[in-house]
Amino acid sequence: MSTPEHVNLDVPAGRTATGDGARQAPSPAPGTNRRRPLPWRRWLEILLLAGPGTAVFVTFVILPVLMAGYYGFFRWSGYGPPTEFVGLRNYQLILTDTAFLEALWHNGFILVMSLVLQGPVAIAIALLLNRRMRGRSLIRVLIFVPYVLSEVIVAIGFSLMLHSAGAVNDVLDRAGLGGLRQDWLADPDVAIWSLMLILVWKYIGFAVILMLAGLQGVPDELREAAAIDGASYWKTQWYITLPLLGPTIRIWAFLSIIGSLQVFDLVYVIWGQYVADTAGTSTMATYMVANGRISGAYGYGSAVAVVIFLISLVVALVYQRYLLRRDTEGALTGGAA
Amino acid sequence: MTSAPMTTRRRPRLDSVAGGGSLAAYLVAFALVGVCLAPAVYIVLGGFRTNSQIIQSPAGLPDPWEVGNYLSVLTGSLFWQELVNSLVAAVGTTLGVVVLGLMTSYVIARYPFRAKHAMYSLFAAGLMFPITVAITPLYILVRDLGLTNTLAGIIVPQIAFALPTTVIILVPFLRAIPRELEEAAFIDGASRLGFFTRMVVPLSLPGVITVGILAFVASWNSYLLPLFLLNDPDLYTLPLGVQAFASQYSVDTARVLAFVSLSMIPALIFFSAFERRIVGGLTGAVKG
Repeated sequence: MSTPEHVNLDVPAGRTATGDGARQAPSPAPGTNRRRPLPWRRWLEILLLAGPGTAVFVTFVILPVLMAGYYGFFRWSGYGPPTEFVGLRNYQLILTDTAFLEALWHNGFILVMSLVLQGPVAIAIALLLNRRMRGRSLIRVLIFVPYVLSEVIVAIGFSLMLHSAGAVNDVLDRAGLGGLRQDWLADPDVAIWSLMLILVWKYIGFAVILMLAGLQGVPDELREAAAIDGASYWKTQWYITLPLLGPTIRIWAFLSIIGSLQVFDLVYVIWGQYVADTAGTSTMATYMVANGRISGAYGYGSAVAVVIFLISLVVALVYQRYLLRRDTEGALTGGAA
Repeated sequence: MTSAPMTTRRRPRLDSVAGGGSLAAYLVAFALVGVCLAPAVYIVLGGFRTNSQIIQSPAGLPDPWEVGNYLSVLTGSLFWQELVNSLVAAVGTTLGVVVLGLMTSYVIARYPFRAKHAMYSLFAAGLMFPITVAITPLYILVRDLGLTNTLAGIIVPQIAFALPTTVIILVPFLRAIPRELEEAAFIDGASRLGFFTRMVVPLSLPGVITVGILAFVASWNSYLLPLFLLNDPDLYTLPLGVQAFASQYSVDTARVLAFVSLSMIPALIFFSAFERRIVGGLTGAVKG
């Protein structure tokens, strides 16, 4: 007895879309949009297999983002349907609130500093560690420890070490560097640097591991050839290895930039929802939480979310367009082909 | 995204061209490891001290070693309950991500139909939607569905937010399964479902493990979503519980340190067991 899918197996034209089946089909050429209508049985399979995942994804990822876009036009406490339409008023308030602009500035600072402080250091460390050495895999595990710990744990550990009577100041005293004592978390001039220090500590291992993985993709032959031609070790690294590491560096930078725009957990746990303002460490996300849900202004909070999203999107698209294009070949646009 | 992530790369033999500087490499490695571990060591050692020791000498070693802090955390029910909550949330998320992700990726990778490119793009675009942006409406949505204060209320959104990475990683795996294999299976009389469970699942196992680990770690460490959706302390996961404990016992620093260090252990064990997979997954995820 022949079931519908058995019948369909003999129809190569219906399979051209999957690429590797194309060579079995003399015509039409791959990429043509002409496909035979699918038997109902296939549609049922597609629906049963892909339906649940797609439904969950659309409901809990796409829908909330659209909802934020909608709620952002209302003044709304979160109960009952939103009725008080205020147009772009929320956005006007956000963009004229100095507290938001300050938070935005902090995100910008984190973004630039993450790139400047972490990138070169991580590359240098990866170049140094990219050789056969004893305990190499153990080293890799250990420098990944900060990345694995949750931000909450990191936040609590560092807040205990960095407060004015904490371990860091104690170590400075003992080392005879008492003059460097700081009120690391409360002094607004210092706190943003403390935040930076913690972020770098948490994420540098990730950067190093990523660079090391990228280095594995650099063929030895090139370096050997350069060495035979008399290039020094550092010249080889500079002229051969580094350019070939380009794609990895660009993707790391992309992840770092997007991450910098979303910083929340660390600030929220260390400085709380309001103190971050006075300590000079607030970010767009902590601003959103403090002025949205906690003060019961859901419309306003949603509008802040939209602003964060738009800023991230623009940055991501610009970056993709001008820097990542060669590396990902349209991962975000029709990569299924 | 075209090459399958299964390719094994030759280990680089760099000694031949490395030149000098291997002592420098060890020094740098040593310093780096020290910097990375110092705060964790501080937390673990701090748990073995008393509060007066900590106040008198914030950076000193335990003298004498005090195990009472650890014992009181371990004999109380709070830590274990939060550990179980975290486990339930992480295992539930991982299972959901693997099952739904595999089914969806299979369709995108191997079914010819008109909307599949749009579907792939939709999931890929999901990579750009961080949970931070969606959190306010997500809270309202979950509340309206009556799922606030349930672990399901955080599991389902976590599955949804893990699906983009999952689809991106799994589709190339599934596409790499040779068509001949599929045809041979059908000629031998396998049903579609039989082919799926007996061929597709085993062949995509490396990718499945990677996405499973990524989902598990993300769930284990997640803070913002539980913070918004869980008000009942009985349902707190470890990150939430650690923070609650730290603010409740803020004067009892030593006990907080003991609690924090115990809550580091599960993540560290899990990580060292799957280190290679996580690293492979991260690089696979960004390089396709």
